[in-house]
Formats: sequence, C-alpha cells, structure tokens
Amino acid sequence: MPDGAVIEFSNITKTFGGVTAVNDLSFTVEPGRVTGFLGPNGAGKTTTLRMLLGLVAPSSGSATIGGIRYRDLPRPLQTVGAALEAASFHPGRTARNHLAVYAVAAGLPAARIDAVLHTVGLSDHGAQRVGGYSLGMRQRLGLAFTLLGDPGVLVLDEPINGLDPEGIKWIRGFLRAMADEGRTVLVSSHLLSEVQQSVDDVIIIAAGALVHRGTLASLETEAAPRILVDSPDRQALATALGQAGIEFFTGRSGLLAAAPDTALIGHIAFLASVEVSALHRERRGLEEAFLALVNGGAPTNGIDSPSANADKGESR
Amino acid sequence: MTSFSRAIGAEFAKIGTTRMWWILAAVMFGYIALLAGGLSALFAGIESGVISPDAAGSGSQGLPAFGSLPPLIYSFASSIGYVFPVLLGALATTGEFRHQTLTPTFLANPRRGQVLGAKTIALFVVGALLGVVALLASVGVGALVISAFDLDPLLGEGATWALIGRTVLAMAVWSAIGVGLGVLVPSQVASIVIVLAFTQFVEPLLRFASLFTEVTQGIGNYLPGAASDALVGASFFTIAAPGGTAGAMLEWWQGGLVLLAYAVAATVIGYAVSWKRDVT
Ligand SMILES: Nc1ncnc2c1ncn2[C@@H]1O[C@H](COP(=O)(O)OP(=O)(O)OP(=O)(O)O)[C@@H](O)[C@H]1O
Ligand SMILES: [Mg+2]
Repeated sequence: MPDGAVIEFSNITKTFGGVTAVNDLSFTVEPGRVTGFLGPNGAGKTTTLRMLLGLVAPSSGSATIGGIRYRDLPRPLQTVGAALEAASFHPGRTARNHLAVYAVAAGLPAARIDAVLHTVGLSDHGAQRVGGYSLGMRQRLGLAFTLLGDPGVLVLDEPINGLDPEGIKWIRGFLRAMADEGRTVLVSSHLLSEVQQSVDDVIIIAAGALVHRGTLASLETEAAPRILVDSPDRQALATALGQAGIEFFTGRSGLLAAAPDTALIGHIAFLASVEVSALHRERRGLEEAFLALVNGGAPTNGIDSPSANADKGESR
Repeated sequence: MTSFSRAIGAEFAKIGTTRMWWILAAVMFGYIALLAGGLSALFAGIESGVISPDAAGSGSQGLPAFGSLPPLIYSFASSIGYVFPVLLGALATTGEFRHQTLTPTFLANPRRGQVLGAKTIALFVVGALLGVVALLASVGVGALVISAFDLDPLLGEGATWALIGRTVLAMAVWSAIGVGLGVLVPSQVASIVIVLAFTQFVEPLLRFASLFTEVTQGIGNYLPGAASDALVGASFFTIAAPGGTAGAMLEWWQGGLVLLAYAVAATVIGYAVSWKRDVT
C-alpha cells in the first residue's frame, strides 16, 4: 500500500507578467483525508497545483511533497498522481498507447495499463483513439493516468467536470476510498456543492489568496448568524431596526438582520409596536458561506456586504 | 534502466503510436521514387543515346558534367527527401505543445533537458530510418532504371556505398534539426510553414544567388541544405548550378559538422525559448 505524504505550500507566489495569480499562499494537505481546494474561476487553483507539480515555476516560495520538490522526486509517477483540467492527449493515440508512453517513461509494468483502464471503467475502450472520446471518457482517462504509478498522493484539478451523475457518484466513492487507504487526496473545484459530500477539509482561495482553511464543518460555524424578520409594515420595521442600530438588508422574504438571536429582534419590534409576521434564525448553507468567503467578505463577523448577496434580493 | 533510457523509450513509443511517421515515409518514398525514376530514365536515355541530345533540348548541354549519373540520382534521397525528416522532427515536437502532452510528459519525467535529449536521440534514429526508406526509393528505383538502359548503376563501388551511408547520417541530422526547430517555433502551423518555405523556396534561391560571386559562394556553403549536400557528396543542385562549381563545396565531414551545429544550436536556443517555460 503506498503511503500518503504531506503536501506543503509555503509562501508560494506566482505572477504572470503584471498579474498576480497566486499570492503568498501557505497551507498543508494531510494524508488520509480528502481535501477540497476551492475558489471561483480564476482564483489561482490550477496555477497553484501546477506549481506543486513542477510545471509552473513559482515566482517565490515553494511547494513540496513529503518535503521534496516534485522535480526532485526519484519516482514521480509512483509518488504523485495528477490529473489537470486540460485534456492532454494526442487525439490519434489510443487510450492504451497513451498510457503506455508514460508507463515506459516511468518504468511501470505494462500490466498497470489494463489495471487502471479497468479501474476507471474504460476497459472496453482502450483500443479506441482518444480523439473519439467524450469529455467524460477523457476525464476518466486522465484519472487512469493518475493511478498508473499507484501513487500515495493524488492531485486532481476539477475531476468532476463533464462526468455524468453515475460518474460523479463513482468518483465520490473513489476519492473516499483513496483517502481511507491512507493516501493524500487534494481535489480542486469551483463549486463547493460538487465536492462537499466527499471532502473532509477545505482550503478556500480567492484572487490568489487564502481565505479559509479547516474542516468542512468549520465553514458552517464560521458563517455569521442572520435573523429573518418580516412585517406587514416593512417600512416601520426597517425604521425600528435602524433606530436600534441593527445592520440589515432587504431580502425577498423579509429583512435580514445581523443579530445573535431572534429574541433581540422580537423585542425591538415589540417596543416599536410593529406587527411581526415572520421571525426566525436563518440557517445559511455551506454554499452560501463559501460564496460569502470568496466574494471578499470578512470571514468571521458582521453581515455580508449587500453586494455579496445581490442575487438573493435587492439591497437596502 | 536509467531514467534517460526510459525517456528515450517513451519518445520512441510516442512516434510509434501515431500515424505521422509512416504517412511521411510513404509520401517521401513515392515522391523520391518518381523523381529518381523519371530523371534517371531521361538522363540515362540521353547518355546511352536512346534519347537524342537534340530531342532533350537545352538540358543536354550539362550532360558532360554529369561524369557519373548514379550518384546524382542516388543523392535525391537527401537532396530532395530532407524535408520529410525535418517535418517529422518538427511535428513530433510541436505536437507536444499543441496537444498539451507536455503536461503528462513532464509529470512522468520532470527533468526537461533529459526529455529533450531523449526526443532528439529518438528522432535521430527515426530520421536515419527515413533515410533508409528514401534510399530504397532513390537507389532502388534509380539503379533499376539505369540498368535498364544498359548503364552501370555503380552498386559495386565503395564510393556509392559511402554516399549511401552518409545519406542516412544526413537524414538523421535533419530530423534532429526538426526537433530543434520545433522547440524554437513551438507553433505547429508556423513550424510547418517555415520548413516548407525555407526548404522549397528560400534556401534554393539563396544558394543559387550565392553562386554568382566567390564571397557569397563561401557563405552559401554554410546554408544547411548546402552543408547537407556536402556531407552526402553529390547533389543535383551543384550540378545544375551555373558553371558547375561543385568543387567549391565543403568537405563531407565539414558539411556534417555544419549540419550538426544547426541542430545543436536550434535545440539549445529552443530549450530556453519554449521547453523550460511554464506549462499552463
Ligand atoms: N499562462 C498564463 N499567463 C497569464 N496569466 C495566467 C496564465 N495562467 C493563468 N493566468 C491567470 O492567473 C489567474 C489564475 O488562473 P488559474 O487558472 O490558476 O485559476 P483557477 O482557479 O484554476 O480557475 P478556474 O476555476 O477557471 O479553472 C487568472 O487570472 C489567469 O488569468
Ligand atoms: Mg483551473
């Protein structure tokens, strides 16, 4: 059984021309867990992973696997398996030959080729040219390449893109099984919902910088509580909240107030003699907490800036 | 096995698992066979008197300079065929950029200099094989036609076999030049255009123009095609030149070194220009 190794990024930065794609990023990824690497489009996920894999040279800082830089690994494919988002295939080569090229380069036995094709469900298509593959089949072939050296560390960039529901279900189980075997699994996505069922830890970046790291559960608890309150006379309610110094904004089904609990808001309404038609604590979903984080809001306190929730309702 | 020998194995596997090499080999064979067959029939016909010099028109005046027809026909393998190994080398290299296979390549072997060295060696060997195919066309068809006119195909001569050996070497180096061009100009389309424009138009023109003064002729000898012809030791080009100044060519080993220098220079500069860059 291959051993997982700790992935470590220390103060890694990458600038392309004048654009800073990744900015002083530091975090570690532990073995035996599935770590989601999240951020919106253009956040710098792919650039970070490519720096880890020695494909992109960092402007400063370093990234190591078990303390060793990728290019110094004595047996890279046997240590780290990587699938990057770009479909990197020669269309005229069959899947089996595609894998054979890299098996030769890495000194892997030819038997591994059939083994990994079987694992990803491409056994029947191994002799087919990759040019005729569907997006989902290409993703699976990318995964097959990842597994070729039976590595202890898996680095997958948006592996769920293009998979059908059955494929998504399969990959979730696959990621979990890999981590349960003690491997290090780092998987990127721009959608939390895509990976939340399978990740233990999350690393969230936005605009190249770290905005959150911790367990999946930590995401939810860090999200500030919010009280939804409504009244037949919304204007009066808004005035009362304003006078009480409560921050709020107008949502579709009422006013969303930044307050620790419902009692305070109820009391304010009672004192102002405003009739209350709805009053409850709004439980924010993981996805919303994630969006709040990546949209540049302060992660721990206060209500989100109205712009962060512009899609939820009109702002004050 | 060392990682370098594995890298060479992987480069051979890359070539062997796509169709490009044999498509190029087949087109090259047909092209050279046609020219070698056609021209040896024409010249052998004139030389043997089957075709009268008058009927052959003005081309007949160069005939005495041919001294020996077979080496000229045999050298078509490289003097006409060299564009094919260059194309193969350039396509094999630019294809890595175009299809983004640099990513898995460098994941499997992050030592990039080693990978480029392995690619050069693999293409050198495949270029030599293309050379053999080209000779099968030029020598095979040429000798057959020449014999048919009752002329000596000179296949018993050591000099003929030396020419054949040096042709294989020239084709191998041309393939390595293709790799160098591929890293120097990683855009596949641009690379192909450069290969075709340079080999089919620019260089022949430069070589022809350079022949008119002695100074430019000295410089023209260092053009890659001229160096290749010098290495091989015979060329349609030098014989067709005004005044038949074939004697002014470089020595065969000088030509070989000049050609090799082109391959090394292009590869080393290309390594810095594209190969060691970020793969994004
Ligand atoms: N080769 C490059 N040259 C210039 N800028 C680049 C290059 N590669 C990436 N960038 C820039 O770096 C930033 C981060 O890009 P990156 O691809 O790492 O983001 P990402 O998080 O993977 O996004 P996505 O979810 O869309 O895949 C972007 O602003 C992008 O435009
Ligand atoms: Mg990306």
